[in-house]
Amino acid sequence: MLGLGKKDTTLLLIVAALVVFAPFILNPFPGGSGMAQFNAGYPDLMQRFVIFGIFAIGFNILFGLTGYLSFGHAAFLGVGSYSAVWMFKLLSMNVLPAILLAVVFSGLFALLIGYISLRRSGIYFSILTLAFAQMCYALAYSVLTPITGGETGLQLAQDDPRILDAARDSGNLPVPGLFGLEMRSTADLVLGDWVFTFSAGYYFCAVVMLISFYMAIRIFRSPFGMMLRAIKSNQHRLNYTGLNARPYTLAAFVISGMYAGLAGGLMASMDPLAGAERMFWTASGEVVLMTILGGVGTLIGPVLGAGLIKYMENILSKINGDILHSWFAFLPDGLEDFIVTIVYPFIGKGWHLTLGLMFMAVVIFLPGGLVEAGQRIARAVRGRRSDDRKSATTEPAE
Amino acid sequence: MDAIILQILNGLDKGSAYALIALGLTLIFGTLGVVNFAHGALFMIGAFCAVTLSRILTFSHTIIDESRTDFLGNPLKVQVPYVQDFFGEAAGATIIDWAVPLSILFAIPVMILVGVVMERGLIKHFYKRPHADQILVTFGLAIVLQEIIKYFFGANPIPTPAPDAFRGSFDFGVLLGFEANQIIYPYWRLVYFAFAAVIIGGVFAFLQFTTFGMVVRAGMADRETVQLLGINIDKRFTIMFGVAAAVAGLAGVMYVPINPPNYHMGMDFLVLSFVVVVVGGMGSLPGAVLAGFLLGILESFASMKEVIDLVPGINQIIIYLVAILILLTRPRGLMGRKGVMED
Amino acid sequence: MTKSNLTRRGVLRSGAIAGAALGVPTYLRAQESGFTNAPGDSSVTLGFNVPQTGPYADEGADELRAYELAVEHLNGGGDGGMLPTFSSQELDGSGILGRKVEYVTGDTQTKSDAARASARSMIEKDGAIMITGGSSSGVAVAVQALCQEAGVIFMSGLTHSNDTTGKDKRANGFRHFFNSYMSGAALAPVLQNAYGTDRKAYHLTADYNWGYTTEEAIRSSTEAMGWETVAAVKTPLTQTDFSSYIAPVLQSGADVLVLNHYGGNMVNSLTNAVQFGLREATANGKQFEIVVPLYSRLMARGAGENVKGIFGSTNWHWSLQDEGSQAFVKSFGTKYGFPPSQAAHTCYVQTLLYADAVQRAGSFAPCAVAEALEGFEFDGLGNGPTLYRAEDHQCFKDVLVVRGKENPTSEFDLLEIVEVTPADQVTYAPDHPQFAGGALGDCNNGA
Repeated sequence: MLGLGKKDTTLLLIVAALVVFAPFILNPFPGGSGMAQFNAGYPDLMQRFVIFGIFAIGFNILFGLTGYLSFGHAAFLGVGSYSAVWMFKLLSMNVLPAILLAVVFSGLFALLIGYISLRRSGIYFSILTLAFAQMCYALAYSVLTPITGGETGLQLAQDDPRILDAARDSGNLPVPGLFGLEMRSTADLVLGDWVFTFSAGYYFCAVVMLISFYMAIRIFRSPFGMMLRAIKSNQHRLNYTGLNARPYTLAAFVISGMYAGLAGGLMASMDPLAGAERMFWTASGEVVLMTILGGVGTLIGPVLGAGLIKYMENILSKINGDILHSWFAFLPDGLEDFIVTIVYPFIGKGWHLTLGLMFMAVVIFLPGGLVEAGQRIARAVRGRRSDDRKSATTEPAE
Repeated sequence: MDAIILQILNGLDKGSAYALIALGLTLIFGTLGVVNFAHGALFMIGAFCAVTLSRILTFSHTIIDESRTDFLGNPLKVQVPYVQDFFGEAAGATIIDWAVPLSILFAIPVMILVGVVMERGLIKHFYKRPHADQILVTFGLAIVLQEIIKYFFGANPIPTPAPDAFRGSFDFGVLLGFEANQIIYPYWRLVYFAFAAVIIGGVFAFLQFTTFGMVVRAGMADRETVQLLGINIDKRFTIMFGVAAAVAGLAGVMYVPINPPNYHMGMDFLVLSFVVVVVGGMGSLPGAVLAGFLLGILESFASMKEVIDLVPGINQIIIYLVAILILLTRPRGLMGRKGVMED
Repeated sequence: MTKSNLTRRGVLRSGAIAGAALGVPTYLRAQESGFTNAPGDSSVTLGFNVPQTGPYADEGADELRAYELAVEHLNGGGDGGMLPTFSSQELDGSGILGRKVEYVTGDTQTKSDAARASARSMIEKDGAIMITGGSSSGVAVAVQALCQEAGVIFMSGLTHSNDTTGKDKRANGFRHFFNSYMSGAALAPVLQNAYGTDRKAYHLTADYNWGYTTEEAIRSSTEAMGWETVAAVKTPLTQTDFSSYIAPVLQSGADVLVLNHYGGNMVNSLTNAVQFGLREATANGKQFEIVVPLYSRLMARGAGENVKGIFGSTNWHWSLQDEGSQAFVKSFGTKYGFPPSQAAHTCYVQTLLYADAVQRAGSFAPCAVAEALEGFEFDGLGNGPTLYRAEDHQCFKDVLVVRGKENPTSEFDLLEIVEVTPADQVTYAPDHPQFAGGALGDCNNGA
């Protein structure tokens, strides 16, 4: 289907199903129950899942295929966000031109930075990209304040020109939308104790993410993708065959930068504010961690990694001591306090600790990242099944 | 002129911190081939060794002073350190006053232990793994260490001053023949610079003039050949990891009086120290030291008012700008070796 | 049962019982009450969005303590804190409009993105009707804009930049904390008395919006009394060692150093300035002086002995002797064992002010609450008679000028109040040039 092999089609369909039914899948616990704290099926987080998924997919095209570890990818995300917000301010609140401009600008920016940085390889390349991104962050936070909004971020204002939009009489700021469909509009489906929220913005992001994912598969399977893998496995040998690897890596870098810009544009479309922290080195580090956590060089891995990190950040950090006490309230008082004392350092303000422990656990026990966990489970399941059905050999999804 | 000399002093001082951290980092790169994102955390732990020791020394019992009241109107509780009970008030106060220099003795074994445990317990298993995995595991470790410190010491900076004798500043200009009050420099920063010079010299002498160091250098150049000669290079590398941790830790201990330590000070230095190591050139110890001082001095010059007025924002980006320029003109940094971490 | 998820879900559930009972999906528009997250009959959820990780985590923890205390008092627990001293006696310990107050917490990480994500999750997932908290102006402005769009009230925590109620003001956002202009206006007369009118000032300014507004405010008010500004140098936010910025100060001919820094920047720059001997130095025949426009107790603690004798301004201090402050210090101190910080105070007061406004308006609808807060005059919350000005949603009240204490009796007793500057001395016109640009817009009730 769509020029994909059977395996890839299955993978794409699985991802599509997961994304479409995410509002259900991420809301497994009934509202009001103690476990509802772990529900992630609200628009903001679902949007973040797919947006950071796009970011990580794009990063993986560079890092997973060519092995070039960029430590400054957040700069493209930031450039994408800023250009999208500027588009909202100047042109129109429609998200399409904003996202288009975000992709184009970040692509151009990636071309410039990539052209310079790719003159070096290995850690020298990493530090060059890091240096560019840190310069972007530092300047955006300070001297470029008139363009970027600095500390308070670039925001919409009442008196922005917005030349394509009709004049507004309401005293409220306009909302990004797609030809009149507001990105923040939602519909709720109530089934007993469960409330499932369907957000227009989320489904817009989801469609974009599926297209990006499809394109990533095509890139992975294309001769171009093969060439990139060749660069990763042995660039010298490639050079000896008379091929110049630079144009290929540069193309991968620019594509990956455009993915980041797309993610940035989407972020601004869901929430029209762009801040400089998006370009700080920790943000670049985060996408590296997402990719490694999920599984470098695999198709689905980075998306999983992105989801896990964002889940931890948004769900764990909101659990406070009070909630803990209510969870363990059924225990005798002394035991309750004891358990709460044990658990407390790991949640709420201690969520970083859990994150760090998880990084270590995954990399120690699952060298291939989360995808390896999936493969092991698949193998275990197949192992059991193969007793009665020996012919069943579905290859593990990549 | 005096302004320039002042900034050179500042640069040397900042450079000492960069150089010390980068030295340890590049030792680990060079010997073990491991990208250690937890190196900043080692610097931070060193700093908190000093905080811990001063906490231990001021470990107190409470006496109630009926004549004064606290904010709720209850009688004031006054803390009296046990050290003062034991050694008498004056001697006890002196010991507490010297907490930071005393911490050096405390920090060396602690840091070597931390380093060795880290290497044997965790890093050892990652030699053969891709650099990406090393980054993830050491970054995770850095977060964990940081959070543990935050749990016990909070997020606020903790003032830990230098001994009274080293507080205040010193008229450096008079020594150089300037008028009085032209070049005034804090004592402790001069101490820090001297200390850094001693440590750096010590590490180089150790590698250059001892048999142990010679073997380590040989191992850095060609690990396999050294192993083929029947030398247990792994054990030596473990010790070198301990040494690297101790260097970072001592840099942290001595840094405490300059700026009050907080739990994320390691992360603040992490990126910078990577830049320093790479600008110096991978696998080169002198390169790391040279780059540390160079970037420190350039950073100081870029923060002069005259320079900022000329190029606004230059103080924000100078380090990165210089790093880019150096890496573009010298492919392997200042003194890098071919083929190290280039894949 | 958790604190979260009850309210909005409850409403939605009750609205959908018929459909759900038949197993037929029922589609609902988000709300039928006319505003976002209308609470149910039994409880109301507030969102406390404070930094729990990162450099301001301790300040955030103190804010959270104050919020928990406020919730306790609103629900009738504890000793009632400032409820009895508050001039408006609408609140009686029965929650807000008869609904029990519940809360959710989140981590801003002192990053606009994370703060907005956390606030959105409180609004979308937990049904919070009001968001409050924060420890920096960047976050306050970002979350304030978000709350405006989402249609909930934002009661800012610690935010000192003029922009929060200046160029970035929003109709749904309210600030109790003071601002850069007020710091300048309150400090200038005290500095004049202490250091005279013939001084040359050297500014070190954090290179971002808050730094800019603070430098501007201090410059204009000190220049108005005759001081000269020799130089103003911007320092990067990520700077940790300020030696290269401090070292040239003595040569510049200045005799006062103004540190427009906050948090870790301030702790380090002040420590470095003292290291370089600026406290003992003389320049132009006068004793050299250092000024820190915005003080907080946590920063003072971080800088240790270096704060001794240094002037600054603060929103509130626990040593104030008025009835409201004493009541608050007593209930906070009894519960947690140490006195509250100014961040804790402003957060506590903001929660009470919000609850009181709802009570007076008789509705949780943001526009009704905003109307009740606009132009509201009150007393008994620790800063003397106070006005919530309708034009920019800024509180006007007394500002404290403080000085680092020479002989502190405990680790909390670091600042002493030098002067309580009366409110009219720090009041400015809503169209003052330092606050120009921006508009409140219309209040937004949301869906």
